[in-house]
Amino acid sequence: MWEITLTHYLTVAAILFTIGVFGIFLNRKNVIIILMSVELILLSVNINLVAFSSFLGDMVGQVFAMLVLTVAAAEAAIGLAILVVYFRNRGSIAVEDLNVMKG
Amino acid sequence: MAELNLHAALPEIWVAVSAMVLLLVGAYTGDRAMRLIGLLSMLVMGVAIVAMLGIDVSTVPQLAFNGHFIVDRFAVFAKVLALIAAMASVWMSFSYAEREGMARFELPLLMLLATLGMMLMISANDLISLYVGLELQSLALYVTAAIRRDTVKSTEAGLKYFVLGALSSGMLLYGASMIYGFVGTVSFAGLSTALSGATEPSLGLIVGLVFLCAGLAFKISAVPFHMWTPDVYEGAPTPITAFFSAAPKVAAIALFTRVLVDAFGGLTPQWQQIIFAVSVASMLLGAFAAIGQRNIKRLMAYSSIGNIGYALVGLAAGTPQGVSGLLFYMAVYVPMTLGSFAVILAMRQKGQMVEEIADLSGLAKSQPWLAHIFAAILFSMAGIPPLVGFFGKWMVFAAAVNQGLYVLAVIGVVASVVSAYYYVRVIKVMYFDEAVTAFDRVDGSLKLVLASSLAVVVIGILFINPLQNSAIAAAASLFPE
Repeated sequence: MWEITLTHYLTVAAILFTIGVFGIFLNRKNVIIILMSVELILLSVNINLVAFSSFLGDMVGQVFAMLVLTVAAAEAAIGLAILVVYFRNRGSIAVEDLNVMKG
Repeated sequence: MAELNLHAALPEIWVAVSAMVLLLVGAYTGDRAMRLIGLLSMLVMGVAIVAMLGIDVSTVPQLAFNGHFIVDRFAVFAKVLALIAAMASVWMSFSYAEREGMARFELPLLMLLATLGMMLMISANDLISLYVGLELQSLALYVTAAIRRDTVKSTEAGLKYFVLGALSSGMLLYGASMIYGFVGTVSFAGLSTALSGATEPSLGLIVGLVFLCAGLAFKISAVPFHMWTPDVYEGAPTPITAFFSAAPKVAAIALFTRVLVDAFGGLTPQWQQIIFAVSVASMLLGAFAAIGQRNIKRLMAYSSIGNIGYALVGLAAGTPQGVSGLLFYMAVYVPMTLGSFAVILAMRQKGQMVEEIADLSGLAKSQPWLAHIFAAILFSMAGIPPLVGFFGKWMVFAAAVNQGLYVLAVIGVVASVVSAYYYVRVIKVMYFDEAVTAFDRVDGSLKLVLASSLAVVVIGILFINPLQNSAIAAAASLFPE
């Protein structure tokens, strides 16, 4: 009855992407939420890639998605590491405290 | 085409293997080996330059890894430039790192790995290798920005750079996924063939192109994706800022050019509008926002935003002449920016680094040579003939005028006059203001960079022709006959 087409996948991915971008800009509380939003953006890209790959019958998109997953893991590790050293210096990870330099 | 052809990727393989060996050396000897590892990293980069010049690309480009990786004259030109910039930055970081207590052996290694990422970016021949190269570069750069992990400023710079960098990578990837879906291929050659037809491009493809451009514009800190630049430049340790302002800019703008001209050559009218707008905005913001700055590193940040705007004028022209102008511009921009940062690294009073423009006052009396060199570099950046900076600007503006982009050229000239104001203001402070405190003695390593930069700026005029010819040959390899 309900057929899930490429459009549905693309819509879900676009919504996730938008939530991710808004999560970065509207969030005033915590840097960890920004890291989560970044992951959300990368996952929306993966949905896009896999949906296109299956729709086109082409494996390249899935290979791309694998690489994105790997890099996303490395990126999260580095982001958290920087966040930890920042917390040690500043004693806070609130977004509004990221204000030593302004201009 | 379907072959490995590892020979073409030899410089990258060499850098990757050496970086891992040096990492082991560092792990066994610890932080006291920083200088040794730094010197070895520079040696590795030097050997990579020699190996790169040994690859025969005079007639046809060399493809490696089944066409994912390309070495042509354009790639060789940009890579040599990026490697020289990286070598100079590593060289400048030693004494600063030892004095300021950030002498960790990871520092030169991270710079080496970032440089490897840049080489991969420049040689990327499809969207996957573009992404992987870009991330290798960015991930290493996030860490170098936060390398002074005991100071709030440096870690905050690292955090800001990371958050905005990750967002831009996400946008770039989203664009890449749309392009893949609507064209059905990720290779630049495939995209170029698919888009060369006269058919109207689909909306999805245009959306993908815009997202891709947004992600790449972030990496070259072009307006409206420049917000991170002043904060990161100010917060990161000065030698790292010097590195940021030179090598990654070359790599990212080379990648941007290759993607737009090579892969999206069929959509030139579409991306030309984007580059036009980005270029105008960068030139104007670089000129006007720098006026009120007191911190010299922030001033350099706005100056680099403006300079990227001028370089993009060449790309907006979309012709071989424009691309050769862009390459020429970057080739004169790199020594100028490295020279400026060598001066900033010499700004030390009683063992303390100072960063205010006012601290430069009376430099012409206390250290005349430093003041003369900085004045020459600043005049060159402002585009005063006969210094090389003038020829860089002239070439990109000439390319724009030849394409009928008069508005762009006029705005460029106006922005360059406005930016002359703040460059000359720094010169005024050095020559006509009363001295406060004299700077400490300049390190020998900085003197070498200062002298080379002065040589390029002043004597460079004698080598305009060979440089221009190699830029023209490099640009020609991007445009099929």
